[in-house]
Amino acid sequence: MSAMSKVVRAGVGRKRVQTLVMVLTTMMSVTACILALGLLVAAQGPYERSFTDQHGAHLNVVYDQSKVSPAQLAAAAHAPGVTASAGPLPAVMVQPRSGPETTLPPAGSPLPSMTLVGRAQHGPMDDLRITKGRWIASPGEVVFLDGHSPLAVGDSMELPDLPGHPTLKVVGLATSVSWSADGWVAPEQVAGLTAPGTTPAAQYLYRFAHAGSDAEMEADHAAIAAAVPNGAITKATTYRPVREEANRTASTFVPFVTAFGVLGLAMSVLIIGVVVSGAVSAATRRIGILKSLGFTPAQVARAYVGQALIPAGIGTALGVLGGNLLSVPVLGIAHKALRGGLLGIPIWVDVVVAVAALGAVVGTALVPALRAGRLRTVEALAVGRTAPGAKRAAAGGAAGRAGAAGLMSRVQDLIGRLPVPRALSLGLASPLNRPGRSATTAAAVVLGTVGVTLCVGLTLSLSSLQGGLEADRTGKVVVQAPFDGSKPVDHVDEAAVVKAIESRPGTKAWYSSVPVAATVAGNTGRTEVVAFAGDASWSGFQLVSGRWFHGPGEVTVSAAFLRTDQKKVGDTVTLTDHGRNTPAKIIGEVLTTQDVVFTDRSSLEPLGGAIHAEAISFHIDLTPGADVKAYADGLDPAVSPMGLSADPGEAHINIVVLAMNTLAGTLTLLLSVVAGLGVLNTVLLDTRERVHDLGVLKALGMSPRQTTGMVLTSVCGSGLLAGLVGVPIGVVVHHLVMPAMANAAGIDVPDVDLTVFAPSVVGPLILGGLVLALVGALLPATWAARTRTVTALRTE
Amino acid sequence: MNAPIIRIRGVSKTYDRSDSARPALAGLDLEVRAGEALAVLGRSGSGKSTLLNLIAGLDRPSEGGVEVDGVAVHELGEAALAEYRRTRIGMVFQFFNLLDDLNVEDNVLLPAQLAGMKREQARARAGELLERLGVVRHAKAFPGRLSGGERQRVAVARALMNRPPLLLADEPTGALDTASAADVRDLLRGLNAEGQTILLVTHDNALAEACADRTIELLDGRLVRDTAAAPTSGGGR
Repeated sequence: MSAMSKVVRAGVGRKRVQTLVMVLTTMMSVTACILALGLLVAAQGPYERSFTDQHGAHLNVVYDQSKVSPAQLAAAAHAPGVTASAGPLPAVMVQPRSGPETTLPPAGSPLPSMTLVGRAQHGPMDDLRITKGRWIASPGEVVFLDGHSPLAVGDSMELPDLPGHPTLKVVGLATSVSWSADGWVAPEQVAGLTAPGTTPAAQYLYRFAHAGSDAEMEADHAAIAAAVPNGAITKATTYRPVREEANRTASTFVPFVTAFGVLGLAMSVLIIGVVVSGAVSAATRRIGILKSLGFTPAQVARAYVGQALIPAGIGTALGVLGGNLLSVPVLGIAHKALRGGLLGIPIWVDVVVAVAALGAVVGTALVPALRAGRLRTVEALAVGRTAPGAKRAAAGGAAGRAGAAGLMSRVQDLIGRLPVPRALSLGLASPLNRPGRSATTAAAVVLGTVGVTLCVGLTLSLSSLQGGLEADRTGKVVVQAPFDGSKPVDHVDEAAVVKAIESRPGTKAWYSSVPVAATVAGNTGRTEVVAFAGDASWSGFQLVSGRWFHGPGEVTVSAAFLRTDQKKVGDTVTLTDHGRNTPAKIIGEVLTTQDVVFTDRSSLEPLGGAIHAEAISFHIDLTPGADVKAYADGLDPAVSPMGLSADPGEAHINIVVLAMNTLAGTLTLLLSVVAGLGVLNTVLLDTRERVHDLGVLKALGMSPRQTTGMVLTSVCGSGLLAGLVGVPIGVVVHHLVMPAMANAAGIDVPDVDLTVFAPSVVGPLILGGLVLALVGALLPATWAARTRTVTALRTE
Repeated sequence: MNAPIIRIRGVSKTYDRSDSARPALAGLDLEVRAGEALAVLGRSGSGKSTLLNLIAGLDRPSEGGVEVDGVAVHELGEAALAEYRRTRIGMVFQFFNLLDDLNVEDNVLLPAQLAGMKREQARARAGELLERLGVVRHAKAFPGRLSGGERQRVAVARALMNRPPLLLADEPTGALDTASAADVRDLLRGLNAEGQTILLVTHDNALAEACADRTIELLDGRLVRDTAAAPTSGGGR
């Protein structure tokens, strides 16, 4: 073994704690960077990637086989523009109910009508990916479209209208990039699911040469329709809405993942820099010894870069492994939210992050190693004998305390005069001994605090935003027509429903909402007009600007409406229905992703007031303590004769919000751990460097508690400062990221969702920097308190 | 005759736990009376510093007991040991062990501040000690600017800050030039003359003769000589 490798190996083995910290720091930094970069890559065009991977179809067409011949179907596959096709796949539309093994919804509940297709999991087009459970093994099983399944895996559904009342067990959930069906069964099952006297439909999947826009898709659809007789196509769906939804969701991820990625990268570089350069600087005296034995400055630099690279290399390897392991659940959640994208980290991400991390290690180790290598040997040898700060103190005292050294000494004097126990003031002043290192560590804690602040802000904002976006589902109890259409509702006696609601004990407030036939003049019926009755002030709808309508002639509209119709709050629109018009003033912008106009029912009286009775819903708020289920069960008999049903309101879990919160939480946790490790390393280095002073203080009577207090207070200043600086920066980043995310989702953010940093939130966040620093310093403080005085005094 | 301030009974200290290990101290018995100036002599490895560390509560005996000013030092926990060091002893080291980033006054103030003495009271006491030891003009200077002798005077001032009944000095002149060493010798002799109990570890016979009224010699951890020094004209009691 060469002298060089012996020196490197001995250096690594001698400082085990420091080596361990370096391994952990690089590991956590690399893990965080791989996850952040992996998420960024995952959010870049996830749909396109999945579409290619899963051989997606541009158009899904269901044909009525009684109206089209096989020859015509074969000819349609060669219609202009068609580049590939697959089919026929037997398809059937069914009206199921939840089966006996189902708990939610209760057994026997009607389920939405659905299209089931008989096919294999893989095929020439629209490969299906199982996300939960398994693929169909035999007839009697069904796999549902993930994200749109009315039942969970293990549940069952029955078809009571069909001969033999067939029952299908849900064995899995799958994704389809083409959203080609609601569920899939074994091909031989389809005949048994077809009503007597009818034939199964045939599904064909098509891919076209030009399908990049809605107009192109319309032309493609027309080409297929032209190839078959009129009425042969019973259903045709394109990939465009699925793609738009997926890409919109993905683009909302980009701002916050970018923010966390930048934070993670900056912090990782800082911490790796602090840890590595600190470790090399701490070895200056050893470098002096090596030089006295004949090592050249270049050999010294090589030895110390090598010494840093061994633990950093191990940490990087573990970090790559950890990042890839952690990416499985994290990217899985992102994949679910994005309905596509990556399920694993691309190899190039691993390589780029590993090379960058090791590059940062080499860079940060080289500078102090070269500096120490160039020191005169006698100076390097003297380093370990003088406590850091001593030279500055002497210089400050000598030259009339001029310059930075004098300033530091004066600050130290001032701290010494603070009315706190001396052990604590000694701790408070100790960062001044290594101002550069302390500042870098404080910067890392600042970045950690920024991350925590951003995470907390995002969680609060997204939660509030989600509440606003789902305000149309508000209500502890909701009265509406059953969604399966089992009871046709032609007319609702609203007065009777209102009477039943208002007379029921436990009712606190109610409102009704219903889409109406009226439209906004000039926008060809694109915008839905929703009319409200009752008191909707408690509904939870959030206003981006302006106010909620208060009476006739006022409307509150969505951002999509304002954008598309090029209107602004204060403008007037015309509501129209069957040739009758009425003006309405835009009085506010409401938070919703829909293109919608909200108004009071009284606004529509001049138009005749036609409503879609089957779509009316009554939202009821209950008095505190009222039993929701008992209330709904009690109200149901009163509204049931009118074709309505009363049910408890459902709490919805938004997978996108859940994914964002999970990702933000995971990244914040990683960043906090990295920041904590940075503090730990800094305090460890400081404590080790000043261990002799520690021995002196102990010999003078400093108790273990005072020692712990001294070491912990040494990070209080930087921790508090990090909180005071990091929280405002985090708030600013949050105020940049949230609107960017909302913009990507096509909405504006109401102030109420942006101003989430109440004093009760900011206070703990500011203290969070302090807590982060204290947690990082706890281990070295304990070590310092336990250090034996006689050992410390012997340490040079 | 004054009562013993230090009682050492059957003290042994072994660093290496193997059976063949040679003890640093082997069954040592010793008593030092209040007001006495005891010099502990011996070659390197004789157990002098180990004895000092055990008395100062910096280390624990493997066997036996150490009692100082009525306190069973070997039975104390870490917190109680800190309290003991703050109130019962003052220590002077060969290499001064002043904190280089604190000025002279702050160094001297440290023991009082750690003991929770009121600030004004502590400053008055520090001023009095610095004046008495002739380094008051350096109160605001940092130790790095002082000569070896001046630093040791500051170290003595710091050791006396809390009026400890026992002053422990470990080779106090070992890092000093001849003039400074003589200076410190005079200082210790003067303190002892005022009634301060001093235990002095040294291998400098001249220092022992000048400052101590009793000398013991250790060899391989055992007491091999215990002699009272002849009274001198300039010191002792």
